[in-house]
Amino acid sequence: MLSKVAQFDEMGGFEGSTRPPYEKLAKWLGSVEPEFLASRRAQAEFLFRRIGITFAVYGSQEATERLIPFDILPRIIARAEWAELEKGLIQRVKALNLFLADLYGAGEILKAGVVPSELVYRNPAFRPEMAGRRVPHDIFVHIAGIDIIRTDDDGFFVLEDNARTPSGVSYMLENREVMMRLLPDLFALHRVAPIENYPDQLLATLRSAAPRGAGADPVSVLLTPGQFNSAFYEHSFLADKLGIELVEGRDLFVKDDIVYMRTTEGPRRVDVIYRRIDDDFLDPLAFRPDSALGVAGLMGAYHAGNVTLANAVGTGVADDKAMYTYMPDVIRFYLGEEPLLQNVPTWRCREKDALAYVLDHLGELVVKEVNGSGGYGMLVGPHATRAQIAEFAGKLADNPANFIAQPTLALSTCPVSVASGVAPRHVDLRPFVLYGANGASVVPGGLTRVAMTENSLVVNSSQGGGTKDTWIIDDAPLARA
Amino acid sequence: MLSRTADNLFWLARYMERADFLARILQASRRLATLPRAYGGMETEWESALLSSGAAPAFHAAGLAVDEANVTRFLAFSPDNPSSIRNCIELARANARAVRTALTVEMWEAINGAFLELKAFEQARGRSAEDLTRFLDFVKQVSAAYDGGAHRTMLRNDAYWFSRVGLYIERADNTARLLDVKYHVLLPESEAVGGSLDYFQWTAILRAVSAHTAYHWVYRDSLKPWLVADLLILRPEMPRSLIACYESVVQNLDRLGKSHGKQGPAQRHARAVFGQLEQSTIESVFHNGLHEFIQGFIADNHRLGALVSEQYLF
Repeated sequence: MLSKVAQFDEMGGFEGSTRPPYEKLAKWLGSVEPEFLASRRAQAEFLFRRIGITFAVYGSQEATERLIPFDILPRIIARAEWAELEKGLIQRVKALNLFLADLYGAGEILKAGVVPSELVYRNPAFRPEMAGRRVPHDIFVHIAGIDIIRTDDDGFFVLEDNARTPSGVSYMLENREVMMRLLPDLFALHRVAPIENYPDQLLATLRSAAPRGAGADPVSVLLTPGQFNSAFYEHSFLADKLGIELVEGRDLFVKDDIVYMRTTEGPRRVDVIYRRIDDDFLDPLAFRPDSALGVAGLMGAYHAGNVTLANAVGTGVADDKAMYTYMPDVIRFYLGEEPLLQNVPTWRCREKDALAYVLDHLGELVVKEVNGSGGYGMLVGPHATRAQIAEFAGKLADNPANFIAQPTLALSTCPVSVASGVAPRHVDLRPFVLYGANGASVVPGGLTRVAMTENSLVVNSSQGGGTKDTWIIDDAPLARA
Repeated sequence: MLSRTADNLFWLARYMERADFLARILQASRRLATLPRAYGGMETEWESALLSSGAAPAFHAAGLAVDEANVTRFLAFSPDNPSSIRNCIELARANARAVRTALTVEMWEAINGAFLELKAFEQARGRSAEDLTRFLDFVKQVSAAYDGGAHRTMLRNDAYWFSRVGLYIERADNTARLLDVKYHVLLPESEAVGGSLDYFQWTAILRAVSAHTAYHWVYRDSLKPWLVADLLILRPEMPRSLIACYESVVQNLDRLGKSHGKQGPAQRHARAVFGQLEQSTIESVFHNGLHEFIQGFIADNHRLGALVSEQYLF
């Protein structure tokens, strides 16, 4: 079924003629021996294991620490293509911030009927505790990861917004370091936009977001659930690069609505918390009482305006898959602009006509849970068995509002170095957008995720997906006029 | 710095040092156990190894027979022995992972590399004596690499000082326990009584702390048990002696105190213990009882660990 769809390859286009950004890579690939690539693959694996870049897979006992497969060939995007994408990303995150401030504030977009109220108020990620509250500088989403795909030469689609605690940026940074060590010759052929300033920009963003009452030198910390969390490597990596303390809930305490960390020199006041803990676990007094990860009284300090949480509490209401379908209207509503980045066409199963269509076409569609993430709880129609389709039809009929459906897109492919040689694999892209009181920025590139299994469309690392270094290069002219 | 981080660094250093000590104890014991009885080879050797390492209660609770295979397995590889080499490395890595931001790349790579090697070694079936030798050497190398990495690459701030205090408290404890188990062969009378029968016991003690050559350089004399005791207790130039460990403990605690702007009970206690060692001679130690002296030191050293914890909010 998939084979009927024309397949766009980022190197070969539709016809197999090399696209301009890939010319040097293609030539280089023609000049190296397969053994060379194999030795570099082995070296990459060794480096990643040695540095300890691992992540944990939930529910897999034998391997609590696993490597994310890394592909040694870069994914290349021309500067001009990137410039367009960057504008669209900033526009989108700007709108997300205005949207959240409105949802927890006046609710104008609901009054205007652009977004249905029940989608907000019945959303499990909506935080009533935040209603009527303002956050420092009115910024809710300081760090966003917007998942992007392409299907042809004509630009990009947004697949998903991640406005809670998006991860993956450490892989982006480490991939680059490893690439520069592994393939210096290939590197030297290109002018690749550097990404190593990301930690500095992130720190500047966090500091800019400090409460107005904080002094000239606000103290920031990174709050992690601890070393058993799947992204712990990233947490420690970032804290190290930012030069801020990596704290767990038990390292913090709240007194008189002020947050302190326990240090060898006594309590030290904390102004900004880059938290990598979900809302539910932040404060056992406000949310889950059984959470041992959070800090009792944190929400009190937050409401008192004495600490900034990045991202803010309650951002999940704006990034679920049902809300996603309204994003183009959200952008128009707040910015009065047309969206620069398109959504993937999506059926909202909560709407009767859409549901009927989806049920009739389950075999062709990708159906996702509105609140699902990490590639869990989804149906990929063309790859599903009859039994799986029947099971999903049942789930859909029971609770249609819990699902959206999208066409099975011919996700672009990219050349990947595998044991049998160089072969195309499906990819997506997660650029990281920073949004502070000091403005917005996007680190050039982002994390390219690869479905390492042939024909697979699932790129999530929890499902065996891998990553690639992503190059924004200067010197290649664009193919299209 | 975060109290939890300081705590982790303190224990991380202790685990790495302990792993090193266990490897040395095992090597010394294996050497001694191969001697004929007439040369001092005794069945009690493996019991001593258990006592020196502090693992005797856990070992006996497991109801195992005291022999080379069981003791080696228990001290080196047993997951059930909280301070087996294996568990030391695993705990060190868990601590290291939790405070990775406080470690330099070299230190992390030493520990992480050790952990990966350990996994590989554990998977290898049918270990030979040769494998064990390799493993014990490897553990010593890892400990040296970690220590060297810390010395060469860490910023000289409280992270470093906490880490060093942990290292020297552990090292002092190890030396003291080694002496405690063997004190009876170091008493001056034993030369008259046992004569050279104990010779190989003395060399085993020296080997366990890599001081066999050092002894000859310091004393330019044949082995005398009271000199062995002197070397390991009172000679400041011997890096594992109690006095050398305490000199370093005092130094590092002082730097910590200075950077925090105040001295506390930990600094005062460490200085008192150091002062006592400085004023002692080996004659006065023997006069008051070697066994009692060492017991007293172990208790004092333990108390310092507790004071450091209290003072710095662990």
